[in-house]
Amino acid sequence: MRLSLRAEDGAQGPGVSALGSAALAPAAIADGPRFARLLPLKGWVFYVVAALVLFVVFPVLNLAVPAGSALHLSDYTVTLIGKIMCYAIVALAMDLIWGYTGILSLGHGVFFALGGYAMGMYLMRSIGHDGVYQSDLPDFMVFLDWKSYPWYWSFTDHFWFAALLVVLAPGLLAFVFGYFAFRSRIKGVYFSIITQAMTYAFMLLFFRNDTGFGGNNGFTDFKRILGFPITAPQTRMALFVLTGGALLGFLLLGRLIVTSKLGRVLTAIRDAETRVMFSGYNPLYFKLFIWTLSAVICGIAGALYVPQVGIINPSEMSPANSIEIAIWAAVGGRGTLFGPVIGAALVNLGKSWFTQVLPEYWLFLLGLLFILVTLFLPRGVAGLLRTARQRRQ
Amino acid sequence: MLAILRCFAAFALSAMAWSACALAPETLRDLALGDNDAKEKAIGIAAASGDIASLPLLQALLDGEVQTVADTQILLVKDDTATDLVTGKAVTPLPENRDDVVINNRIRKDLRTAIAALKLTAPERAIRLAAAKELQTGADEDLLPVIGTAVAKESDAEIKGLLLLTQASIQLTSKDKNTRLEAVRALAESNNSNTKMLLLGLLEQKGDTFSEPDADVRAEAEKSLHAVQSRLSTGELIGRIFSGISLGSILLLAALGLAITYGLMGVINMAHGELIMIGAYTTYVVQNVFRSHFPAMFDAYLVAAVPAAFVAAALVGMALERSVIRFLYGRPLETLLATWGISLILMQSVRTLFGAQNVQVENPSWMSGGIEAISGVVLPWSRIVIIIFAALVLAMMWLLLTRTRLGLFVRAVTQNRTMASCTGVPTRRVDTWAFGLGSGVAGLAGCALSQIGNVGPDLGQSYIVDSFMVVVLGGVGQLAGTVYAAMGLGVVNKFLEAWSGAVLAKILVLVFIIVFIQKRPQGLFALKGRMAET
Repeated sequence: MRLSLRAEDGAQGPGVSALGSAALAPAAIADGPRFARLLPLKGWVFYVVAALVLFVVFPVLNLAVPAGSALHLSDYTVTLIGKIMCYAIVALAMDLIWGYTGILSLGHGVFFALGGYAMGMYLMRSIGHDGVYQSDLPDFMVFLDWKSYPWYWSFTDHFWFAALLVVLAPGLLAFVFGYFAFRSRIKGVYFSIITQAMTYAFMLLFFRNDTGFGGNNGFTDFKRILGFPITAPQTRMALFVLTGGALLGFLLLGRLIVTSKLGRVLTAIRDAETRVMFSGYNPLYFKLFIWTLSAVICGIAGALYVPQVGIINPSEMSPANSIEIAIWAAVGGRGTLFGPVIGAALVNLGKSWFTQVLPEYWLFLLGLLFILVTLFLPRGVAGLLRTARQRRQ
Repeated sequence: MLAILRCFAAFALSAMAWSACALAPETLRDLALGDNDAKEKAIGIAAASGDIASLPLLQALLDGEVQTVADTQILLVKDDTATDLVTGKAVTPLPENRDDVVINNRIRKDLRTAIAALKLTAPERAIRLAAAKELQTGADEDLLPVIGTAVAKESDAEIKGLLLLTQASIQLTSKDKNTRLEAVRALAESNNSNTKMLLLGLLEQKGDTFSEPDADVRAEAEKSLHAVQSRLSTGELIGRIFSGISLGSILLLAALGLAITYGLMGVINMAHGELIMIGAYTTYVVQNVFRSHFPAMFDAYLVAAVPAAFVAAALVGMALERSVIRFLYGRPLETLLATWGISLILMQSVRTLFGAQNVQVENPSWMSGGIEAISGVVLPWSRIVIIIFAALVLAMMWLLLTRTRLGLFVRAVTQNRTMASCTGVPTRRVDTWAFGLGSGVAGLAGCALSQIGNVGPDLGQSYIVDSFMVVVLGGVGQLAGTVYAAMGLGVVNKFLEAWSGAVLAKILVLVFIIVFIQKRPQGLFALKGRMAET
């Protein structure tokens, strides 16, 4: 059998496998109870500590410690960390599809934004009559001279429906798109640029005023969520804790997947899809499952993001944002679940610091980050840590 | 507009020199001293006379330069010199008790129409055209004879068309059935898009009564409408196909380089759009050099800009290949990310160097204007030049790939890198050269784009997704695929745009591409071979 030059088989390998798949594959599945397989003992300790910090220490520092105290955690910091945790969830989702399955999606920004818009619709409707025009309709609809809600806004005044939409909108889009793309075996860079085109199309669609999502201003000026004022410190903290819970939950879910047999098949698809097919698996459903799941996780992250940041607009869907998600995962280290979380945190902390201090140099730095990480740090920060540990031993 | 005014001023002065006023004194009196009805009648007489000599007077009236003294003397006052309009003699010194001739909006409108009617006999085409346009609204039955003579004398097709249309629309209001019939028949020959509205108005039905009472006229109108509509839709079709081909040639230019680098190395170069931008900015720089150093040869700056854009983009591309891309072989997804990083840096560098605002790239004068394919459809020269340019670039590319040693190597490496390497093709060097070539073509695309669109740091971003779609649709390894895909996407896009708006058209095209590669995952033209994949 002659392998074609561009065939992404084991011989040449797609992205990750060129690094040697052994290094990135999940640690060999150990025997023993499921509980122990999921995380090693040290991992569990770390997990519990993280949960304590997120659910107890931060709320106490923010709400109970008086504002003047040195230990007080400002609302700004809470929002920043909450935002970064949302990004970390997205990076986690990206890692599942890219790091473990070898499919680079440039469309995760859309799923994130769709989740955000679904939540935004609910938040817009709970503004009630407190908008500028004090109308039944959101301000932007009054501005467009619309008389009633378009059909796709129906039921969005119920939280449960908005929550359903948060999952369904990105999920369905990903399922349909993924089904057609994976069925015709679009892969590698082909898949990446098709997802980018999708992102671009969605951005254009949401920029239109007639689409009914507020045009380029998007949704903003939210007043309350589930009856609680949205800017109150308590509401903020509740959202923060919820986001933290989601992050930890998805981390565990990710571990559950990658340590299972399903996870092994996914890694095999990444490293040698043809061989997986020859072994009698149909990669379509595995890919479709992880792709849809990844999109849904993104959507949930978006839904948590919007009430904390207070705005959602179509620029979230710009192709550049989606590619940035990939670099979070790459900086942290693909093929480890912990890495992308760190990567998202590092890059975004750097961004919020840099855009304040030297705004015009941030893009240079980001561009350099893209180049240097792919050239010199293919396994990211997690890889660095691993090498350091091995050297110590 | 300014030219017209200047012409007119000269006209007015010369007219004044030989005759103070061409109108009979009583008409003049009515015009200056009569009430509004009298004024209106006098204006009508002046217009219907078709005597161009009364033009300066009407214009002066409109400009408020006509004044009266104690209801006896009628003066034309201009820059402190007054002329008696009845006697034609200069009046010095200026009388003290002058009154302005007051005109209201109705009179003003009549004056404008009359002036336009008189200007129809002017020798300058521009003045006649403006007058004919003015007459489209506001002409009435009294002006029919004037328009009739003008039509008979008119040699310019565009003005004649306008006048005929005006004539017919006046005639349509006539009480005489035969006049109306004739008018409707005349309208069938018109190329003007307003004709359709006019005819549709005739056929309008309110309850049981038609706006046109006579059935014969209505039948004839229906026939004319049909003729006009088919002619208009042909024009629209031609215009749309042209803009589709124009968009296609731009896409082709943008995607050609991408197809080469992707076909050769399986690398999606996300910085391709920025290479286009570099080409555009190079054109801008060359333009500025010509403007400041060789202003006499400004129209020829493109001759220097084209090779400059090619070289600049090619050098940047080769540098990228040498410094980044070659270290990422076999890792296409990482290459995608790294080149994205490069594109960010290039964009920000251009912002730092030239500022974040768009820069002005001026067309050479020979590129402005256009040719009128059929009435109402103007094909701009800049677009035509770009289509020809794209065809030239394509031809050069084809020659290079099929007739030169480098082309042979490029094709060999594209088909089978390992085998080519075994037979002694220096694959690494071929990569560099091919990447340079692809980048250079991107530079050429930028040079072309600078002639029809904005040049700014984000220029590349707006074309990158589209050119990827061309490559995906066309498949790699053969120029034909890229050509068909670019032209097809261009034309389809323009047709969908007319039908559903630009944004939905983009989305529909994307959906179409996804459905299409269900059937042909390798694009329109795939290299044949026994691949392990697909």
